[in-house]
Amino acid sequence: MNQTQSAAQIAHADGHSVEEVKKHVRQYLIIGAALIAGTILTVWASLINFGSKEINIVVALVIASAKGFLVVGFFMHLLSEKKMIYSVLATTVFFFAALLYLTLWSMAHGSIVQIR
Amino acid sequence: MEIPYAVKPRPDTGLYNAKVGIWLFLASEVMLFGALFCSYILLRVNAIDWPHHWLNIWLGMTNTIVLILSSVTVVLSWSELKMGRFKRYKFYQAITILCAVAFMCIKSYEYHDKFIHYQVILKDGTVVDGHLQKPETTMPVSWIEQPVIVDGRLPKGTKDTDTVVLDGWYPPTQAEVMNPPLGHEEKKIEIPANKIKFMENYGPWHSTYTAIYFTLTGLHALHVIAGAIVIFAIWGPLAKVWEEDPERYTNRVEVSGLFWHFVDLVWIFLFPVLYLL
Repeated sequence: MNQTQSAAQIAHADGHSVEEVKKHVRQYLIIGAALIAGTILTVWASLINFGSKEINIVVALVIASAKGFLVVGFFMHLLSEKKMIYSVLATTVFFFAALLYLTLWSMAHGSIVQIR
Repeated sequence: MEIPYAVKPRPDTGLYNAKVGIWLFLASEVMLFGALFCSYILLRVNAIDWPHHWLNIWLGMTNTIVLILSSVTVVLSWSELKMGRFKRYKFYQAITILCAVAFMCIKSYEYHDKFIHYQVILKDGTVVDGHLQKPETTMPVSWIEQPVIVDGRLPKGTKDTDTVVLDGWYPPTQAEVMNPPLGHEEKKIEIPANKIKFMENYGPWHSTYTAIYFTLTGLHALHVIAGAIVIFAIWGPLAKVWEEDPERYTNRVEVSGLFWHFVDLVWIFLFPVLYLL
Protein backbone atom coordinates (compact mmCIF):
# COMPACT_ATOMS: atom_id res chain seq x y z
CA MET A 1 0.00 0.00 0.00
CA ASN A 2 1.14 3.52 -0.80
CA GLN A 3 2.13 4.93 2.61
CA THR A 4 1.09 8.54 1.98
CA GLN A 5 -2.24 7.45 0.55
CA SER A 6 -2.85 5.17 3.54
CA ALA A 7 -2.00 7.98 6.00
CA ALA A 8 -4.43 10.36 4.35
CA GLN A 9 -7.18 7.74 4.39
CA ILE A 10 -6.70 6.92 8.09
CA ALA A 11 -6.27 10.51 9.18
CA HIS A 12 -9.41 11.57 7.35
CA ALA A 13 -11.44 8.69 8.77
CA ASP A 14 -12.45 10.73 11.83
CA GLY A 15 -12.27 14.15 10.28
CA HIS A 16 -8.57 14.88 10.94
CA SER A 17 -6.06 15.82 8.25
CA VAL A 18 -2.41 14.68 8.41
CA GLU A 19 -1.42 18.33 9.04
CA GLU A 20 -3.81 18.52 11.98
CA VAL A 21 -2.42 15.34 13.50
CA LYS A 22 1.12 16.72 13.10
CA LYS A 23 0.07 19.89 14.91
CA HIS A 24 -1.39 17.82 17.76
CA VAL A 25 1.89 15.99 18.33
CA ARG A 26 3.51 19.18 19.66
CA GLN A 27 0.47 19.76 21.87
CA TYR A 28 0.75 16.23 23.33
CA LEU A 29 4.38 16.83 24.26
CA ILE A 30 3.55 20.14 25.96
CA ILE A 31 0.71 18.49 27.91
CA GLY A 32 3.01 15.64 28.94
CA ALA A 33 5.50 18.18 30.30
CA ALA A 34 2.67 20.03 32.10
CA LEU A 35 1.53 16.77 33.70
CA ILE A 36 5.04 16.04 35.00
CA ALA A 37 5.34 19.62 36.29
CA GLY A 38 1.94 19.18 37.98
CA THR A 39 3.18 16.01 39.68
CA ILE A 40 6.25 17.79 41.06
CA LEU A 41 4.01 20.69 42.16
CA THR A 42 1.69 18.28 44.02
CA VAL A 43 4.61 16.79 45.94
CA TRP A 44 6.03 20.23 46.73
CA ALA A 45 2.62 21.50 47.92
CA SER A 46 2.18 18.45 50.16
CA LEU A 47 5.42 19.33 51.99
CA ILE A 48 4.18 22.85 52.77
CA ASN A 49 2.14 23.57 55.88
CA PHE A 50 -0.77 25.75 54.70
CA GLY A 51 -2.10 26.11 58.23
CA SER A 52 -4.68 23.35 58.10
CA LYS A 53 -4.84 19.83 56.72
CA GLU A 54 -8.02 20.73 54.81
CA ILE A 55 -6.19 23.33 52.69
CA ASN A 56 -3.50 20.78 51.82
CA ILE A 57 -6.21 18.33 50.75
CA VAL A 58 -7.98 20.96 48.60
CA VAL A 59 -4.70 22.06 46.94
CA ALA A 60 -3.72 18.45 46.11
CA LEU A 61 -7.16 17.65 44.70
CA VAL A 62 -7.29 20.86 42.63
CA ILE A 63 -3.90 20.01 41.04
CA ALA A 64 -5.00 16.38 40.48
CA SER A 65 -8.25 17.60 38.87
CA ALA A 66 -6.34 19.95 36.55
CA LYS A 67 -4.06 17.08 35.54
CA GLY A 68 -7.10 14.86 35.06
CA PHE A 69 -8.67 17.49 32.79
CA LEU A 70 -5.53 17.55 30.61
CA VAL A 71 -5.53 13.75 30.27
CA VAL A 72 -9.25 13.44 29.55
CA GLY A 73 -9.56 16.60 27.45
CA PHE A 74 -6.51 16.21 25.22
CA PHE A 75 -5.08 12.68 25.42
CA MET A 76 -8.56 11.12 25.34
CA HIS A 77 -9.78 13.84 22.93
CA LEU A 78 -12.90 14.49 24.98
CA LEU A 79 -12.88 18.18 24.03
CA SER A 80 -13.49 17.25 20.40
CA GLU A 81 -15.67 14.19 20.98
CA LYS A 82 -19.15 13.41 19.63
CA LYS A 83 -22.40 14.16 21.51
CA MET A 84 -23.01 10.48 22.19
CA ILE A 85 -19.90 10.29 24.42
CA TYR A 86 -20.95 13.44 26.28
CA SER A 87 -24.33 11.90 27.11
CA VAL A 88 -22.65 8.71 28.39
CA LEU A 89 -20.32 10.76 30.57
CA ALA A 90 -23.08 13.06 31.81
CA THR A 91 -24.93 9.98 33.08
CA THR A 92 -21.74 8.75 34.77
CA VAL A 93 -21.14 12.11 36.41
CA PHE A 94 -24.73 12.13 37.70
CA PHE A 95 -24.44 8.68 39.28
CA PHE A 96 -20.96 9.37 40.64
CA ALA A 97 -22.21 12.61 42.23
CA ALA A 98 -25.14 10.67 43.73
CA LEU A 99 -22.71 8.11 45.16
CA LEU A 100 -20.57 10.85 46.66
CA TYR A 101 -23.65 12.61 48.05
CA LEU A 102 -24.87 9.39 49.69
CA THR A 103 -21.44 8.89 51.24
CA LEU A 104 -21.37 12.41 52.68
CA TRP A 105 -25.02 12.15 53.74
CA SER A 106 -24.37 8.90 55.62
CA MET A 107 -21.44 10.53 57.39
CA ALA A 108 -23.60 13.44 58.49
CA HIS A 109 -26.59 11.34 59.58
CA GLY A 110 -25.17 7.92 60.45
CA SER A 111 -23.48 6.87 63.67
CA ILE A 112 -19.75 7.48 63.58
CA VAL A 113 -17.70 4.47 64.53
CA GLN A 114 -14.08 5.13 65.31
CA ILE A 115 -11.86 2.62 63.57
CA ARG A 116 -8.20 1.73 63.65
CA MET B 1 -20.40 -11.69 7.12
CA GLU B 2 -18.81 -8.38 7.96
CA ILE B 3 -19.55 -6.81 11.33
CA PRO B 4 -21.14 -3.40 10.64
CA TYR B 5 -19.55 -0.19 11.92
CA ALA B 6 -16.40 -1.92 13.14
CA VAL B 7 -14.37 0.61 11.16
CA LYS B 8 -16.67 3.22 9.66
CA PRO B 9 -18.75 5.44 11.99
CA ARG B 10 -22.43 4.78 12.49
CA PRO B 11 -24.50 7.58 10.94
CA ASP B 12 -26.54 8.15 14.13
CA THR B 13 -23.70 8.26 16.68
CA GLY B 14 -20.92 9.43 14.38
CA LEU B 15 -18.65 6.83 16.01
CA TYR B 16 -17.45 3.32 15.23
CA ASN B 17 -18.94 0.79 17.63
CA ALA B 18 -15.77 -0.08 19.55
CA LYS B 19 -15.37 3.54 20.58
CA VAL B 20 -18.89 3.68 22.01
CA GLY B 21 -18.16 0.37 23.72
CA ILE B 22 -14.93 1.50 25.38
CA TRP B 23 -16.52 4.73 26.67
CA LEU B 24 -19.42 2.75 28.16
CA PHE B 25 -16.90 0.41 29.76
CA LEU B 26 -14.91 3.35 31.12
CA ALA B 27 -18.15 4.77 32.56
CA SER B 28 -18.61 1.54 34.53
CA GLU B 29 -14.97 1.75 35.63
CA VAL B 30 -15.57 5.27 36.96
CA MET B 31 -18.33 3.84 39.14
CA LEU B 32 -16.08 0.98 40.33
CA PHE B 33 -13.22 3.24 41.36
CA GLY B 34 -15.73 5.88 42.53
CA ALA B 35 -17.23 3.40 44.99
CA LEU B 36 -13.77 2.59 46.33
CA PHE B 37 -12.90 6.29 46.63
CA CYS B 38 -16.12 6.75 48.64
CA SER B 39 -15.05 3.85 50.88
CA TYR B 40 -11.73 5.61 51.33
CA ILE B 41 -13.51 8.83 52.40
CA LEU B 42 -15.69 6.93 54.91
CA LEU B 43 -12.71 5.07 56.37
CA ARG B 44 -10.53 8.13 56.54
CA VAL B 45 -13.08 10.47 58.13
CA ASN B 46 -13.95 7.90 60.81
CA ALA B 47 -10.37 6.90 61.57
CA ILE B 48 -8.78 7.88 64.88
CA ASP B 49 -5.48 8.57 63.13
CA TRP B 50 -4.39 8.37 59.51
CA PRO B 51 -0.87 7.94 58.12
CA HIS B 52 0.75 11.00 56.61
CA HIS B 53 3.75 10.61 54.27
CA TRP B 54 4.10 7.03 55.47
CA LEU B 55 4.64 5.58 51.99
CA ASN B 56 7.75 6.43 49.98
CA ILE B 57 6.75 9.67 48.20
CA TRP B 58 9.67 9.53 45.74
CA LEU B 59 8.79 6.05 44.53
CA GLY B 60 5.15 7.14 44.17
CA MET B 61 6.23 10.24 42.24
CA THR B 62 8.51 8.17 39.98
CA ASN B 63 5.64 5.83 39.20
CA THR B 64 3.35 8.79 38.43
CA ILE B 65 5.91 10.17 35.98
CA VAL B 66 6.37 6.70 34.42
CA LEU B 67 2.60 6.47 33.80
CA ILE B 68 2.45 10.00 32.38
CA LEU B 69 5.31 9.16 29.99
CA SER B 70 3.45 6.02 28.93
CA SER B 71 0.30 8.09 28.27
CA VAL B 72 2.34 10.44 26.07
CA THR B 73 3.84 7.54 24.10
CA VAL B 74 0.38 5.97 23.67
CA VAL B 75 -1.07 9.12 22.14
CA LEU B 76 2.07 9.66 20.03
CA SER B 77 1.90 6.09 18.73
CA TRP B 78 -1.72 6.66 17.66
CA SER B 79 -0.69 9.91 15.93
CA GLU B 80 2.08 8.08 14.08
CA LEU B 81 -0.42 5.52 12.79
CA LYS B 82 -2.69 8.36 11.67
CA MET B 83 0.28 9.63 9.64
CA GLY B 84 0.95 6.13 8.29
CA ARG B 85 4.30 5.73 10.07
CA PHE B 86 4.08 2.18 11.36
CA LYS B 87 7.72 1.84 12.50
CA ARG B 88 7.45 4.94 14.67
CA TYR B 89 4.21 3.61 16.14
CA LYS B 90 6.05 0.38 17.04
CA PHE B 91 8.82 2.37 18.71
CA TYR B 92 6.49 4.52 20.86
CA GLN B 93 4.30 1.59 21.86
CA ALA B 94 7.41 -0.41 22.85
CA ILE B 95 8.23 2.42 25.26
CA THR B 96 4.65 2.22 26.60
CA ILE B 97 5.09 -1.49 27.33
CA LEU B 98 8.45 -0.84 29.00
CA CYS B 99 6.83 1.89 31.13
CA ALA B 100 4.11 -0.58 32.21
CA VAL B 101 6.79 -3.09 33.21
CA ALA B 102 8.73 -0.38 35.09
CA PHE B 103 5.55 0.69 36.92
CA MET B 104 4.85 -2.90 38.01
CA CYS B 105 8.46 -3.43 39.13
CA ILE B 106 8.35 -0.32 41.33
CA LYS B 107 4.91 -1.29 42.69
CA SER B 108 6.15 -4.82 43.50
CA TYR B 109 9.14 -3.35 45.35
CA GLU B 110 6.77 -1.14 47.36
CA TYR B 111 4.51 -4.09 48.22
CA HIS B 112 7.47 -6.23 49.28
CA ASP B 113 8.73 -3.37 51.43
CA LYS B 114 5.42 -3.37 53.33
CA PHE B 115 5.37 -7.14 53.73
CA ILE B 116 8.76 -7.09 55.50
CA HIS B 117 7.84 -3.96 57.52
CA TYR B 118 6.72 -4.99 61.01
CA GLN B 119 5.14 -3.42 64.04
CA VAL B 120 6.16 -5.15 67.27
CA ILE B 121 4.71 -4.58 70.74
CA LEU B 122 6.77 -6.02 73.59
CA LYS B 123 5.29 -7.48 76.78
CA ASP B 124 6.40 -4.34 78.70
CA GLY B 125 4.40 -2.14 76.25
CA THR B 126 7.37 -0.85 74.22
CA VAL B 127 6.57 -0.36 70.52
CA VAL B 128 9.16 -1.16 67.85
CA ASP B 129 8.68 -0.43 64.15
CA GLY B 130 11.00 -1.49 61.36
CA HIS B 131 12.00 -3.72 58.50
CA LEU B 132 12.75 -7.36 59.19
CA GLN B 133 16.35 -8.42 58.71
CA LYS B 134 15.60 -11.98 57.72
CA PRO B 135 19.19 -13.36 57.53
CA GLU B 136 19.89 -12.25 61.13
CA THR B 137 16.48 -13.27 62.53
CA THR B 138 16.55 -16.72 64.10
CA MET B 139 12.82 -16.96 64.98
CA PRO B 140 10.87 -18.76 62.21
CA VAL B 141 9.09 -15.99 60.33
CA SER B 142 7.08 -16.35 57.18
CA TRP B 143 6.58 -13.00 55.49
CA ILE B 144 3.06 -13.88 54.40
CA GLU B 145 2.00 -15.74 57.60
CA GLN B 146 -0.31 -13.35 59.45
CA PRO B 147 -0.54 -12.46 62.24
CA VAL B 148 2.84 -13.78 63.22
CA ILE B 149 2.39 -13.25 66.93
CA VAL B 150 -0.76 -12.36 68.89
CA ASP B 151 -0.91 -12.38 72.73
CA GLY B 152 2.64 -13.70 72.93
CA ARG B 153 1.83 -16.95 71.12
CA LEU B 154 5.09 -17.63 69.30
CA PRO B 155 5.23 -19.49 65.97
CA LYS B 156 5.77 -23.26 66.09
CA GLY B 157 9.40 -24.26 66.46
CA THR B 158 10.50 -21.04 68.25
CA LYS B 159 13.31 -21.63 70.73
CA ASP B 160 13.92 -19.57 73.92
CA THR B 161 17.11 -18.17 72.47
CA ASP B 162 15.52 -17.04 69.17
CA THR B 163 15.54 -13.37 68.24
CA VAL B 164 13.91 -11.01 65.74
CA VAL B 165 16.14 -8.38 64.17
CA LEU B 166 14.59 -5.21 62.77
CA ASP B 167 16.13 -2.16 61.12
CA GLY B 168 13.84 0.28 62.87
CA TRP B 169 13.04 2.73 65.65
CA TYR B 170 11.02 3.15 68.84
CA PRO B 171 7.90 5.27 68.18
CA PRO B 172 7.07 7.13 71.42
CA THR B 173 3.30 6.75 70.89
CA GLN B 174 1.02 4.45 68.92
CA ALA B 175 -0.12 7.42 66.80
CA GLU B 176 3.45 8.02 65.63
CA VAL B 177 3.94 4.47 64.32
CA MET B 178 2.48 5.37 60.92
CA ASN B 179 3.22 9.10 61.25
CA PRO B 180 6.97 9.07 61.84
CA PRO B 181 8.60 12.48 62.36
CA LEU B 182 10.81 13.63 59.48
CA GLY B 183 14.41 12.55 59.88
CA HIS B 184 13.82 9.96 62.61
CA GLU B 185 16.81 7.68 62.98
CA GLU B 186 16.60 3.96 62.38
CA LYS B 187 19.02 1.41 63.85
CA LYS B 188 19.43 -2.33 64.17
CA ILE B 189 17.18 -3.60 66.98
CA GLU B 190 17.49 -7.16 68.30
CA ILE B 191 14.40 -8.41 70.11
CA PRO B 192 14.29 -11.69 72.08
CA ALA B 193 11.31 -13.67 70.75
CA ASN B 194 9.99 -14.49 74.25
CA LYS B 195 9.55 -10.76 75.00
CA ILE B 196 7.18 -10.18 72.06
CA LYS B 197 3.48 -9.78 72.77
CA PHE B 198 2.32 -8.74 69.29
CA MET B 199 4.00 -8.71 65.91
CA GLU B 200 2.43 -8.04 62.55
CA ASN B 201 3.56 -6.77 59.18
CA TYR B 202 1.90 -3.94 57.23
CA GLY B 203 -0.08 -6.16 54.89
CA PRO B 204 -3.72 -5.39 54.00
CA TRP B 205 -4.81 -6.93 57.35
CA HIS B 206 -2.89 -4.44 59.48
CA SER B 207 -5.25 -1.45 59.51
CA THR B 208 -8.01 0.21 57.50
CA TYR B 209 -5.38 2.38 55.81
CA THR B 210 -3.32 -0.58 54.59
CA ALA B 211 -6.55 -2.37 53.61
CA ILE B 212 -7.74 0.47 51.37
CA TYR B 213 -4.18 1.10 50.11
CA PHE B 214 -3.74 -2.49 48.93
CA THR B 215 -7.30 -2.66 47.55
CA LEU B 216 -7.04 0.53 45.50
CA THR B 217 -3.47 0.05 44.27
CA GLY B 218 -4.02 -3.70 43.72
CA LEU B 219 -7.08 -3.08 41.56
CA HIS B 220 -5.21 -0.37 39.69
CA ALA B 221 -2.23 -2.71 39.17
CA LEU B 222 -4.57 -5.31 37.66
CA HIS B 223 -5.72 -2.63 35.21
CA VAL B 224 -2.10 -1.81 34.34
CA ILE B 225 -1.39 -5.49 33.66
CA ALA B 226 -4.57 -5.92 31.57
CA GLY B 227 -3.90 -2.72 29.59
CA ALA B 228 -0.28 -3.70 28.96
CA ILE B 229 -1.33 -7.17 27.72
CA VAL B 230 -3.84 -5.66 25.27
CA ILE B 231 -1.34 -3.06 24.01
CA PHE B 232 1.32 -5.76 23.63
CA ALA B 233 -1.10 -8.05 21.75
CA ILE B 234 -1.98 -5.29 19.27
CA TRP B 235 1.68 -4.27 18.99
CA GLY B 236 3.00 -7.81 18.45
CA PRO B 237 0.83 -10.77 17.42
CA LEU B 238 -1.97 -8.65 15.88
CA ALA B 239 0.33 -6.26 13.98
CA LYS B 240 -0.47 -8.01 10.69
CA VAL B 241 -3.93 -6.36 10.78
CA TRP B 242 -2.13 -3.13 9.79
CA GLU B 243 -1.30 -4.64 6.40
CA GLU B 244 -4.85 -5.91 5.85
CA ASP B 245 -6.89 -3.03 7.24
CA PRO B 246 -4.90 -0.04 8.54
CA GLU B 247 -7.99 1.91 9.58
CA ARG B 248 -9.27 -0.94 11.72
CA TYR B 249 -5.81 -1.36 13.27
CA THR B 250 -5.60 2.35 14.09
CA ASN B 251 -9.03 2.15 15.75
CA ARG B 252 -7.84 -0.74 17.91
CA VAL B 253 -4.84 1.30 19.00
CA GLU B 254 -7.12 4.23 19.80
CA VAL B 255 -9.47 2.10 21.92
CA SER B 256 -6.64 0.45 23.86
CA GLY B 257 -5.13 3.91 24.27
CA LEU B 258 -8.36 5.28 25.77
CA PHE B 259 -8.24 2.50 28.37
CA TRP B 260 -4.58 3.24 29.11
CA HIS B 261 -5.28 6.96 29.62
CA PHE B 262 -8.02 6.02 32.07
CA VAL B 263 -5.52 3.90 34.02
CA ASP B 264 -3.23 6.94 34.13
CA LEU B 265 -6.13 9.16 35.21
CA VAL B 266 -6.96 6.89 38.15
CA TRP B 267 -3.34 6.96 39.31
CA ILE B 268 -3.26 10.77 39.09
CA PHE B 269 -5.86 10.75 41.90
CA LEU B 270 -4.52 7.72 43.79
CA PHE B 271 -1.04 9.21 44.18
CA PRO B 272 -1.95 12.31 46.25
CA VAL B 273 -4.76 10.53 48.10
CA LEU B 274 -2.61 7.62 49.32
CA TYR B 275 0.93 9.01 49.37
CA LEU B 276 0.66 12.71 50.16
CA LEU B 277 -2.46 13.55 52.17
